[in-house]
Amino acid sequence: MYQYILRRLMLTIPVVIGVSVIVFAIIRLLPGDPARALAGVQATPQYVEQVRERYGLDEPVHIQYWTFISSAVQGDLGVSTFSRRPVTTEIAERFPRTLVLASLSLFIATIVGVSAGIVSATRRNSLFDNASMFVALVGVAAPVFWLALMLQLLFSVQLRWLPATGMGSLRHLILPSITLGMASAALMARITRSSMLDVLKQDFITTARAKGLAERVVVYKHALKNALIPVVTVLGLQFGILLGGAVLTETVFAWPGVGRLLVDSILRRDYPVVQGTVMLLAFLFVIINLVVDVIYAFLDPRIHYQEKESS
Amino acid sequence: MSQAHTPQQGGTAGQPAEAHSGETLVLHKGRRKKHSEVRTVAHHLLRNRGALIGLTIIGLFVVGSIFAPYLATHSPTETSLVSRLQTANAEHWLGTDELGRDLFSRMLYGGRISLNIGIISVVIGIAVGVPVGAVSGYYGGKLDIITQRFIDIMIAFPGILLAIVVVTVLGVGVENVMIATGIASVPIYARLVRGSVLAAKEQSYVAAAQAAGIADFSIIFRHILPNCLAPVIVQSTFQIATSILWAAGLGFLGLGAQAPTPEWGAILSNGREYIRTAHHLTTFPGLAILFMVLGFNLVGDGLRDALDPKTR
Repeated sequence: MYQYILRRLMLTIPVVIGVSVIVFAIIRLLPGDPARALAGVQATPQYVEQVRERYGLDEPVHIQYWTFISSAVQGDLGVSTFSRRPVTTEIAERFPRTLVLASLSLFIATIVGVSAGIVSATRRNSLFDNASMFVALVGVAAPVFWLALMLQLLFSVQLRWLPATGMGSLRHLILPSITLGMASAALMARITRSSMLDVLKQDFITTARAKGLAERVVVYKHALKNALIPVVTVLGLQFGILLGGAVLTETVFAWPGVGRLLVDSILRRDYPVVQGTVMLLAFLFVIINLVVDVIYAFLDPRIHYQEKESS
Repeated sequence: MSQAHTPQQGGTAGQPAEAHSGETLVLHKGRRKKHSEVRTVAHHLLRNRGALIGLTIIGLFVVGSIFAPYLATHSPTETSLVSRLQTANAEHWLGTDELGRDLFSRMLYGGRISLNIGIISVVIGIAVGVPVGAVSGYYGGKLDIITQRFIDIMIAFPGILLAIVVVTVLGVGVENVMIATGIASVPIYARLVRGSVLAAKEQSYVAAAQAAGIADFSIIFRHILPNCLAPVIVQSTFQIATSILWAAGLGFLGLGAQAPTPEWGAILSNGREYIRTAHHLTTFPGLAILFMVLGFNLVGDGLRDALDPKTR
């Protein structure tokens, strides 16, 4: 087991290095002078030179990368060309807000998705099953930014129940987290349903029923535990949907998290902040996937830890 | 297959192949088998209610896109200040935007853009991802380890983020969106095909081909890959949907198609400003994206079931 975790950790190292190389490359691949890109469009020639000096942009590429990575490790990701504040400060301020939004969305998605999946599976082909699977299909297909606007239109403009944008109270979180969680809930409902249907067909369920156990005990105690394994394995994928979706959702709801910061920074050509946010989102996703894999190894004793990597 | 059989190969499906040499007959048997496989899949697909609905939706969008110049009631870019921000009426079926442009006509042309992006990005994803995955899985060893680490790095950027990074570097515009969504789908194909090739490699027909001294390249691309097509076809159907969603997202963020291109995400983003007074500018393009994505997802679900011998 620990060998597997160690192996999985080792595999993360090249990914982290690779991500940092890509983030480093963004500025170098842009047309024009990288020093100008890092200093900002309106920067004075003196400041551009200062930036060139600071990041060693006259040096060969591998030394530039070394300068970049050693400053990054020390928490120096440069200075925003828009706000003139350090990138780490900008991100540190907004990251908790994205985390709150994404966690709440995942919470809602899990509760709604898993329960809808269980009920659908136990009452196969019922009205509820058909209705919830229809909603799940639409939930996956609906563009998240459009869903956001439609919910705003209904609950903020027409009914005036909830604030359309901004943050400050729990009420501000309701629409964004429902919007962001919709696709995840839909996916979880479909996976839970099909996995539950698979498990309910197995012999040990027939045995449990033959023993005369109450259907409720069979479903919730015996079947659910096994049916949830596939749901856990796609948790990493869910976080991917959430982090990607956060970029769009935060933009619509003016939720000042890292997703909106990324979009604003791209549009303002604030490349130091673009680098920082991209790196943060990618690293976060890498860590989440690592954690999910380790949890999975603990949950499902059937997998062979040695062979896991080759699957 | 040698050149001598070309006339028979070109023959229409189901034509009787009597009075030919024995070798030709064998060839035709093989072809018949292939046809019956396609027929079985088509049969299962057409009996699937969801897939039928999906095919109908896609069909409508395809017809609308191809015949956009004939179906459009107005020019998609012609402005008219007297008919600004109208809601749906007899003259403008879906209303007009803030410059008086006809929304229905713009959306017809927008369908062309979305379908194009979906298809071309999948072509890019397949063209790069399939050979990479196949070679990586077939040879294994160091090559595989290195390739997989590169794929790991691409997968580290969640969802739309990889496409955003590519667009940041390449710049905005429809062509760059196609490239960006295409690159973002490469790791998905590479992983998928590698897995199929790993499984196929263990089959005896591969050992037979190797024993016969057939070149690796030929074994991979002529023997193994045709047997791994089913998951690629299913994935491509879903991937078209995903790419359309990503492209619309990029358009919405202002990182995709630019004004006055009538791309659905861009129309929607533009219409946001008028959501309180003229919400048709956001409602209709969003519904169009939803239905197109839904169509491809439904067909994908149907194809997956039809191609899986266990479920049909």
